[in-house]
Amino acid sequence: MTRTEPLETEPGLAELARPATRGRSWWQPHRIVLLVVSVALVMLAAATMRWDWLVEYWPQILIGVWRSVWLLVLSIVLGFLMAVPLGLAQVAGPRILALPARGFCTLIRGTPLLLQLWLLYFGVGSLFPTIPAIRQSFLWDYLRQAWPYALFTLTISFAGYEGEVMRGAFAGVPHGELEAGRAYGMSPFKLLRRIWLPRAFFRALPTLGGEIIMQLKSTPLAATITVVDVYGVIAQVRQDTYLVYAPLLFLAGIYMALTGILVLLVRVVESRVPIRGV
Amino acid sequence: MSQETAPSPTADRASGHATGAMREAVVELVDVHKSFGQLEVLKGISMTSHVGDVTAIIGASGSGKSTLLRCINMLEIPSSGTVRVHGEEIGLRRNGHGESEIADRRQIQRIRTRLGMVFQSFNLWQHMTLRDNVIEVPIHVLGRKRDEAIRDADALLERVGLFEKRDTFPAYLSGGQQQRAAIARALAINPDVMLFDEPTSALDPELVGEVLTVIRDLASEGRTMILVTHEMSFAREVANRVIFLHQGLVEEEGEPNAIFNHPKSERLQRFIGSIR
Ligand SMILES: Nc1ncnc2c1ncn2[C@@H]1O[C@H](COP(=O)(O)OP(=O)(O)OP(=O)(O)O)[C@@H](O)[C@H]1O
Ligand SMILES: [Mg+2]
Repeated sequence: MTRTEPLETEPGLAELARPATRGRSWWQPHRIVLLVVSVALVMLAAATMRWDWLVEYWPQILIGVWRSVWLLVLSIVLGFLMAVPLGLAQVAGPRILALPARGFCTLIRGTPLLLQLWLLYFGVGSLFPTIPAIRQSFLWDYLRQAWPYALFTLTISFAGYEGEVMRGAFAGVPHGELEAGRAYGMSPFKLLRRIWLPRAFFRALPTLGGEIIMQLKSTPLAATITVVDVYGVIAQVRQDTYLVYAPLLFLAGIYMALTGILVLLVRVVESRVPIRGV
Repeated sequence: MSQETAPSPTADRASGHATGAMREAVVELVDVHKSFGQLEVLKGISMTSHVGDVTAIIGASGSGKSTLLRCINMLEIPSSGTVRVHGEEIGLRRNGHGESEIADRRQIQRIRTRLGMVFQSFNLWQHMTLRDNVIEVPIHVLGRKRDEAIRDADALLERVGLFEKRDTFPAYLSGGQQQRAAIARALAINPDVMLFDEPTSALDPELVGEVLTVIRDLASEGRTMILVTHEMSFAREVANRVIFLHQGLVEEEGEPNAIFNHPKSERLQRFIGSIR
């Protein structure tokens, strides 16, 4: 981690640190070929398949995309907020916190998401109506809908995986940097807030980026408990129109586009992070 | 890369050294013991560092130099004994298992902001630029205003020859540059005493000089410093007191001239012989 190159090379190093890749043209041969192939495929699909249903279903598709996106965003944000204490408890917590945290992460990572979702929705969810106290409370408005179960399950799933990631990231922050904070009079909480957490977060970022993209691909499971996300809309289209390929191709295109946007966002955040492999 | 011209600290400091007895004690250790499990590393160390003193701690590897230095700011908690900073005793107590621990977190956090520690491995915060490293403690621990902290940080970075690198992250700097930045970070709290733990041991030989230049500069302005070092010629040059540790005890201490030219104990003679 310590760079000891001679001084003259350092402007070069600083240059490397910048994310921009100026100088090299985007138009490389392999890119041109891929571009041509994909344009041809799209034209082929457009010419040989039926797309008239798009007009009718367009508003629903938009609503579906919106649902998928907020399911993703909310579950990531809430899940990460849970992952931080889950990781921290395992690294630095007393045993009565560390063990349950580890148990939770192991349980979540060891069982299929679909199973968790169904257990909560068809299992726990069917118990709630039998409890009068819940039926009378404001919670009932939510508990009788499907989306809270989807959001909750996606959240704890993300928390389970990222709790493990954050455990590693917290543990990997060099001890000396924490010691420096302590030596300058930081309280344990300030040390966590200013040094340990941001440092661990930046370390975890490349992994988190990948996991967020995985999480997008988990959201369609919500459709199995009647949450009509974009997958749910397309499934409806297929039932109504008896079309096989066109709606699915279109769905693939939507997920590709969403993934592309996520990749770009992750890249923007990552490029602001100074340290790679440190 | 701008670097300070080396002043002649010995000449500047000579006047200050004569009046040792009159000056205020900044760091006092009284009969400090430290054990790691069965291993007793410090076996009763007493020392006093006065305002303006540059104290060099020398000794063989494993003699307890780092442990001693780290007992001053309680990165290691002495098993017994007393540590005072500016006359204020750091409160220690025994927990249920008979181990000693900090009695009052607040007190030690306050005292630590008076002690500027510089580590062998720099320990700069890698997720912050050099300037952010330097303003971090003034703003977030000492509660100073951001623009003031930035102004002071830039002046300090200028002083250690790193003003141009202020927006660079540590990972892109040489070891010598990182260590100079770490010194700027320590200076930013305007400490009563600087604690150096072998500040040049992790550096390539050609980078040692630039760091020693900065430390020499601090000595010449009369900063109180305690310096663990293997650089004997540097210790002789900047220190006005040298403490020789052997197996957790102060074997001999005195002025550099006495220690290096007229060592009394046989162990010190052998140690100095082995260095030459
Ligand atoms: N945290 C620790 N746990 C157990 N033993 C330790 C610990 N820190 C230091 N020691 C032991 O204490 C002894 C003195 O260590 P210390 O680091 O103070 O020596 P030193 O004089 O600084 O040596 P060096 O010149 O190699 O840095 C060594 O034997 C070391 O192994
Ligand atoms: Mg040491």
